[in-house]
Amino acid sequence: MELNDLYRDVILDHNRQPRNFGALEPADASVEGFNPMCGDHLTLCLRLNQDTISDIRFEGQGCAISTASASLMTEAVKGKSRGEALKLFERVHQLLTDDAAPPAEELGKLAALSGVREYPARVKCASLCWHTLASALKSTDLKSLPAVSTE
Amino acid sequence: MNHIALAQTDRTFDVDAARRQFPILARMVHGKPLAYLDNGASAQRPQCVIDAVDDYERHHHANIHRGVHTLSQEATALYESARDRLVRFIHARSRSEIIFVRGTTEAINLVAQSYARPILKPGDEILITHLEHHANIVPWQMVCEQTGAKLIVAPMDAAGEVHLDAVVALMNPRTKILACAHVSNALGTVLPVRRLIAAAKARGIVTLIDGAQAISHMPVDVQDLGCDFYAFSSHKMYGPTGVGVLYGREQLLDRMPPWQGGGEMILAVTFAKTTYNALPNKFEAGTPNISGAIGLGKAVDFLSGLDRDAAHAHESALLHHATAVLSKIPGLRIIGTAADKASLVSFAVAGVHPHDLGTILDEDGIAVRTGHHCAMPVMDFFKLPATARASFAFYNRFDEIDRLGAGIERARKLFV
Repeated sequence: MELNDLYRDVILDHNRQPRNFGALEPADASVEGFNPMCGDHLTLCLRLNQDTISDIRFEGQGCAISTASASLMTEAVKGKSRGEALKLFERVHQLLTDDAAPPAEELGKLAALSGVREYPARVKCASLCWHTLASALKSTDLKSLPAVSTE
Repeated sequence: MNHIALAQTDRTFDVDAARRQFPILARMVHGKPLAYLDNGASAQRPQCVIDAVDDYERHHHANIHRGVHTLSQEATALYESARDRLVRFIHARSRSEIIFVRGTTEAINLVAQSYARPILKPGDEILITHLEHHANIVPWQMVCEQTGAKLIVAPMDAAGEVHLDAVVALMNPRTKILACAHVSNALGTVLPVRRLIAAAKARGIVTLIDGAQAISHMPVDVQDLGCDFYAFSSHKMYGPTGVGVLYGREQLLDRMPPWQGGGEMILAVTFAKTTYNALPNKFEAGTPNISGAIGLGKAVDFLSGLDRDAAHAHESALLHHATAVLSKIPGLRIIGTAADKASLVSFAVAGVHPHDLGTILDEDGIAVRTGHHCAMPVMDFFKLPATARASFAFYNRFDEIDRLGAGIERARKLFV
């Protein structure tokens, strides 16, 4: 295990300067995610144009892995349909947890998250924002979304 | 200054001899010698505790208080002799006052449900402090919901100290219970429990002290303290996990209904009526953690065999050294600066999240706790989501703290 593999330059960059960080008003959906084990907390706000994620921003407190993952995620899913974004969620989830996951080249910058796999205690840090997004996208009632927890 | 501290403790406390008694301290983590600085979460076990549990499992195990056969009698004798050791260790009056539980959390829940719930009326108050562990908050919130009583929280100051006057100011005729930590797990603050208990006693308020973080660091004499209940866990005092102690004054325990029903806690059962067993068995329903209690009894022997004054002096020197080393790191803020602290340091480093720091230190073989320490109100008070915490035992060395300092510097280079 190499720390440089976990904290790749892309991760450090998105931690230092998170993209799409801050409030989004008005939003069509707002959902909170918690990692009760470590106290990470994130609020994800979405604007939907019919089936397409036209805008997405996040706010909250988290470690470098969780901040960078959320930042990378918002970049990756903006402009995608619900179905495409959910497919990406499945793909990233596999990347974070499955040692046999195929090469991640088509994921672009998101591939930088693959180093997390070697640090089981940190997988939840990277996946919190994705679970939070998936919960919003799978919901039929965007006005009252329950909070998401990693535990 | 550091070398003076080292020289002083070397004369009185042999750290290396103490370390040799803990086999786990010799292991490597990621190719580096383990620096175990997470004793506040759980301390390690000396060989004698490991052996006592092993010997019990190999030669004496059977259910206790059940059979006339040899093994059952041996197991019963070992289990009950552990209770005897605890009576002496915390200066209880009798065996009736030592209840084996799963740990501090269960002890506090037992008091909340069995002592507090039957006596509390709507409008009654339970007084706690701002620095409590969730285990000394949530059981009281639950009993408040059940009874209509109110939870009142005494403030702490910016150093993480709880002042006697501030707590006393909140005591009134509606206050029925004062429940507070002896030592804060998140900040290290040692609370003025003796004076708090005296103030509560003078007003007829029943007291519970959460001793989870104190029991390994200082001698505890429950009669001298004057508390009604004192709770602690075995694994924080070098014993096994899954067992702990509730000390209670016999007059109170006698009046309390059982906490759980089942075997062991009965004298006679018919479908019409059950007669409860006497103390302490009344509160020990079901087969207990026998090997755990025996291991805890051995941990008591181990602690009693230490020169505790010298061990305490060494732990204080470790705290002093850690405070000096960490204070030199730019952007590092020590959280909890009480005048009287147990040997732990909670801290935050600007630009480095505690979890990233925890991972980076782990690569160096250094174990620290990161997170909210089950004390979210403390984190809210200091406006932090989490801190890193290095908590020391007498077997820690000064060079382990130097390695901690170097690890934090490395993390800063990566992130800041």
